[in-house]
Amino acid sequence: MDYANYVYLAVILFTIGAATVLLRRNAIIVFMGIELMLNSANLAFVAFSRINGDLTGQVVAFFVMTVAAAEVVVGLAIIVSIYRSRRSVSVDDINLLKN
Amino acid sequence: MITQLLTEFQAPTISWTYLLPIIILAGSGILSVLIEALVRDSVRRPIQISLMIGAQVAAFISLIWLGVKSFGPNGSGTVLPVNQALHFDAWTVGIQAVLLICSLLATLVLIDRTSAKQDPFVATAAAVPGSEYEELARQRGLQQTEVFPLVLFAITGMMVFPAAGDLVTMFVALEVLSLPLYVLTAMARRRRLLSQEAAFKYFVLGSFASALFLFGSALLYGYAGTVNLYGIAQVAQAHGQSGQIPQFGLMLILGGFLLLAGILFKIGAAPFQAWTPDVYQGAPTPITGFMAACTKIAAVGVLLRVLNYVVLLAPVDTQRALIGGLWVVAILTMIVGTVAGLTQTDIKRMLAYSSIGHAGFIIVALMGLNASTLSAVVFYLLAYGVATVGAFGIVTLVREVSEGGEVLGEATHIGQWAGLGKRSPFIAGAFSLFLLSFAGLPLTAGFIAKYTAFSSVVATGVSGMGVFNPVPLVIVAIVASAISLFFYIRVIVLMYFVAPAEERALTGELAQAGPNLADPAEDGDEPSSTSPEAVRTSVVLLDSAPHVEVVKSEGPTLAVIVVAAAFVVIAGIYPTPILGVLTSLFGG
Repeated sequence: MDYANYVYLAVILFTIGAATVLLRRNAIIVFMGIELMLNSANLAFVAFSRINGDLTGQVVAFFVMTVAAAEVVVGLAIIVSIYRSRRSVSVDDINLLKN
Repeated sequence: MITQLLTEFQAPTISWTYLLPIIILAGSGILSVLIEALVRDSVRRPIQISLMIGAQVAAFISLIWLGVKSFGPNGSGTVLPVNQALHFDAWTVGIQAVLLICSLLATLVLIDRTSAKQDPFVATAAAVPGSEYEELARQRGLQQTEVFPLVLFAITGMMVFPAAGDLVTMFVALEVLSLPLYVLTAMARRRRLLSQEAAFKYFVLGSFASALFLFGSALLYGYAGTVNLYGIAQVAQAHGQSGQIPQFGLMLILGGFLLLAGILFKIGAAPFQAWTPDVYQGAPTPITGFMAACTKIAAVGVLLRVLNYVVLLAPVDTQRALIGGLWVVAILTMIVGTVAGLTQTDIKRMLAYSSIGHAGFIIVALMGLNASTLSAVVFYLLAYGVATVGAFGIVTLVREVSEGGEVLGEATHIGQWAGLGKRSPFIAGAFSLFLLSFAGLPLTAGFIAKYTAFSSVVATGVSGMGVFNPVPLVIVAIVASAISLFFYIRVIVLMYFVAPAEERALTGELAQAGPNLADPAEDGDEPSSTSPEAVRTSVVLLDSAPHVEVVKSEGPTLAVIVVAAAFVVIAGIYPTPILGVLTSLFGG
């Protein structure tokens, strides 16, 4: 089993996540894209941990999970507050701040 | 294999003394949350304020004590308090000291309720803007004190960020400083829709940048087999010297780029600057000042560390690519900061572009990477940070007033600042001083900062970042700062030589109706269109806007403005003591 495949998978997931953030219009989906990016980094950390024979990567994954959870709290709070004042979560509607 | 590793585990040795500043801040943050939950409403605010200010002062004093202990005469030198997870070296001390000075000034602006007796934060952030509940909360005089623990956590993150010695600590610190800022951005009392929108943009782009940073860390971990910066530096050096490409050799360059992208986002460098003007405009102004000064200082601290450990020892071709990328970023940042700054009509957006321009200058200054450039960068950050906090402090005082005499939101449109020089000479004078310092005119701190930074980079030459001669970069920086002078002077001219809207109306000079400001309490549409005439004269005058007044500070903001203005002048005329301290700190 070639563990490098996991790294390739992580890179693909990261790219999908980044594309989601940049292309999708729904704030919730954008948010899911960010989570996907963080989790792909987790996968990469764990895969490298196995390849390098070093436990640090697995410990890092736990840190990242905690941070991602905190990010969910803050992000959803902001999205919900925007939804309650505008009845929309489309990124296109969020355009008051412009030149 | 893994069980074998587990038995080899050794507990880290921790020197708690050197963690004192961080422990004080983090501990006060937690205490502050408890106060929020347990203390009665009526006394909560004064307690929170004294805790927040006290924690920063205590952290600053302990930092100076530790700094003198380590880097004073007969100092013990660099300390690694937690097994290389944190560095306590001259750079950490310099950056953290500047950070605490700026955060202290910024938080003083934050606690000021001015003569309008309203703090800059919304009574209940959860209330829907314009709802009855919000109105009720406003009438009852509800006040929010969640701001204080959030600010303390943000400062804690900023303190750890530049001290971090491995990529995990760095990432966690990055999030600890970012998450409270996202929330704080959403809490403006006025123009709440803009504030929430700014928070959303900041959150999405900020988390995107954090994810880039994290994936960069993952790739570097794969490359070096460790997240420790020393470890990565050793592997990279061996790679560079032997010329043999390790299994994941390519990941050094990819990881380096992603890591730098994450950090440059926090610094607000182009092409990662898109969030800056929006967030600076939408956030409550004291928070904007705090972000503009302190986040940038912390992120520059990290940028240097990454350059020092990851880039500087890498093989030459990797180094060329990364430093070349940084050159492009520096030049783009300076151009975007100055050119886009010229067209702004909102004072907060203008200051945002000014801060982008300064990010470019700071990156140029970093290119030297020796003792003299390091002290120049720290001095630059101090001059920039103090003037920025002062300038945003002034923005909080210039307010719109309704016909009934009620003080409304800030008068952020540049046209509304016309004639400020006559009405409140002190405020206008201090603001002009800060702008001149941003522009880098002689006799201000900004001039000394730019002069020492650029001259030390030129003096270092190729020996600094090793691969390119920084002279062309410095030339671009000087041209950019000359161009930026124009938009600073424009505001000064407006404040002193243009009569305010009411007077122009009386003398019949009233221009075509300018953009209309809607009710600022529930303000959806910002001035988006400007009349053709206004664009032509490039000084946008606003005639139909509410009356503008400078409200009286309760004290703290005024003190901050006086201190900042005094610093700008004194450091501009007699910078030797500060530069002397910095030089002895960095031992050059």
